[in-house]
Amino acid sequence: MAATEQTIKQVNKLGNSDYKYGFSTDVDDIKPPKGLNEDIVKYISSQKNEPEWMLDWRLKAFSVFNKMPKPDWAKLDIPDIDFQDYYYYSSPKSLKDKPKSLDEIDPEILKTYEKLGIPIKEQEKLAGVAVDVVFDSVSVATTYKKQLSELGIIFCSISEATKNHPELVKKYLGSVIPIADHSFAALNSAVFTDGSFVYIPEGVRCPVELSTYFRINAMNTGQFERTLIIADKNSYVSYLEGCTAPMRDESQLHAANVELVALENAEIKYSTVQNWYPGDSEGKGGIYNFVTKRGACRGNNSKISWTQVETGSAITWKYPSCILQGDNSKGEFYSVAITNNRQQADTGTKMIHIGKNTSSKIISKGISAGKANNTYRGLVNIQSKASNSRNFTQCDSLLIGNECGAHTVPYIESSNSDSMVEHEATTSKINEEQLFYCMQRGLNSEDAVGLIVNGFCKEVLQHLPMEFAVEAQKLVAISLEGSVG
Amino acid sequence: MLNIKDLHVSIEGKKILNGLNLSINKGEVHALMGPNGSGKSTLSYFLSGKDGYEIEKGSIDYNGKNLLDLEVDERANEGLFLAFQYPMEIPGVQTSFFLKTAINSKRKHQGLPEIDALEFAKLIKSQAQELDISSDMLRRDLNVNYSGGEKKKQEILQMSLLNPAMSILDETDSGLDIDALRIVSEGVNKLRNKDNSFLVITHYQRLLNYIKPDYVHIIADGKIVKSGDFSLALELEEKGYEEISKTAQ
Repeated sequence: MAATEQTIKQVNKLGNSDYKYGFSTDVDDIKPPKGLNEDIVKYISSQKNEPEWMLDWRLKAFSVFNKMPKPDWAKLDIPDIDFQDYYYYSSPKSLKDKPKSLDEIDPEILKTYEKLGIPIKEQEKLAGVAVDVVFDSVSVATTYKKQLSELGIIFCSISEATKNHPELVKKYLGSVIPIADHSFAALNSAVFTDGSFVYIPEGVRCPVELSTYFRINAMNTGQFERTLIIADKNSYVSYLEGCTAPMRDESQLHAANVELVALENAEIKYSTVQNWYPGDSEGKGGIYNFVTKRGACRGNNSKISWTQVETGSAITWKYPSCILQGDNSKGEFYSVAITNNRQQADTGTKMIHIGKNTSSKIISKGISAGKANNTYRGLVNIQSKASNSRNFTQCDSLLIGNECGAHTVPYIESSNSDSMVEHEATTSKINEEQLFYCMQRGLNSEDAVGLIVNGFCKEVLQHLPMEFAVEAQKLVAISLEGSVG
Repeated sequence: MLNIKDLHVSIEGKKILNGLNLSINKGEVHALMGPNGSGKSTLSYFLSGKDGYEIEKGSIDYNGKNLLDLEVDERANEGLFLAFQYPMEIPGVQTSFFLKTAINSKRKHQGLPEIDALEFAKLIKSQAQELDISSDMLRRDLNVNYSGGEKKKQEILQMSLLNPAMSILDETDSGLDIDALRIVSEGVNKLRNKDNSFLVITHYQRLLNYIKPDYVHIIADGKIVKSGDFSLALELEEKGYEEISKTAQ
């Protein structure tokens, strides 16, 4: 049965048409059998024609994974995951011979992106965004490569980087997230399929926002993206990542690893809009999103800024973090996490202050509706040598309805008496008087909720690049449809 | 325009409106005066469709429709406007964005396309100027850190942009200094025409020196106890609520 028919059938079965991006593209998959074992790891590596050092790295990670328990600190109700019941590799068949330009790309794939409102060609021309599109684990198109390469910027898939820039990959892969960090990190290291690689050379300011759109499109395909971004001395890059996924019946496993390295005076801005399929209103069928994102401010005066808008997934487990190693380095975390129906999110950040005069800022906005649970979990750790360091944390939670939950779990550890840590937290219910006021001006209840919640999130959304912010505002409103009245 | 018959309304079992009758025709300005707790604000909220009120008896006809069948936003889009006594602050929402959203909600209801960006910019600029509202204020978050006077001017700006058929002003004069009172009143007077109507709720006759009503009603214990023309407001100012209510009953 073709993938489209299958999806339509599932959608009908679920009787749920709420998910706006719930469609699937008819692309033939090639995939090995379900299950996780050493042969699969070897299969993935050989499919990608990887050098031996990479296969060895994967196998080492796999043996670590087998020995590690699943992390259990989060306030999440995670069903037992049968790792043998997933596919670990799939790639659209039409990509066997890699396309040289967008014209050679399967029109079905291009159509999918159009439905998502991402006309690649227009983006190329109008928005000045270079797009490294990940479609089912394999990069299908990389644009603007030529202009970027003139500046010495490397922007390609991690598979290509392994082949063409092994010295960089060897040096930095796993240097921020060690394979033994926790079991999802080890799993990703063993079976990662593809993802983006960015290297900005010394003294270069990347002139465009680099952008990748991830999308799950094959039945039961665990997605194991691996992203590595390195900003060399005195460089700057802004990277955007956005996800939408089609309607699925069975839960899908997603465990991405993202590593950022900022050297002296370098700055990396990483923005995410995440809209994986959250499951139906009863929570059936959504994506499990276990993401490890970590940035190392290795050089003095370096800066890493994470901005995320998390609206999708059945379960979100994610703590984009900064290791502030260099003196005067800065870490920022701006987050909006929305949970509706039966979604669960446990998200936050870790700011590890190691260098002197390091500073970090955390702004987290959690919105919970329906029967959802939303937890902010954050660690601010100031080590003994991090003199004169500061942190400011603000966590605001907004509740819509009487059946949802919001939780704030801050961990603060300071081993340095010169440093200052501030924490503010609020929890409030959506204000009925505000809703009435907006509706008295003609807004329907959904528009009124969208407006008020967008206002609540403004401090975070304003850190997104312009075009992304507009998309995110729409998403915020869409995510809460049906939550009031 | 608006015809209220024998209206009985309670909040959590407590009776607030107690057989209120009021009829407002096109082009008329009615003033509703009464002491605290007489049911003035309840009437304005109830007419706007706010939750938490229970109707025990009575009917409200609005332009040939049963007002009670309409949701809050439908009433608004059908031209019923409430200028709030305490306008709500909406943090993070720029005032001009809110105004545009409100205008477009009404246009959508009327089957019109969204307002053109340039047209909106012109419209808002001219209307804001008349009310002495700075463009800086339009860029600020709606009603956040506004003074009392600025909030009331903002209500009148919204009224003039939405051009409602039936406006209810709930103690718009409270908290206004004399200059703001004049500006707000002039704003209302400019909107007056033969096709729209106003219900001006106030404690004091002072506002009515600026907005001249065609009729004045006195409300006590949830019903209208006396009606008359502007002279009733003057009489009230002289004698006070208690005496007038007594003589009326």
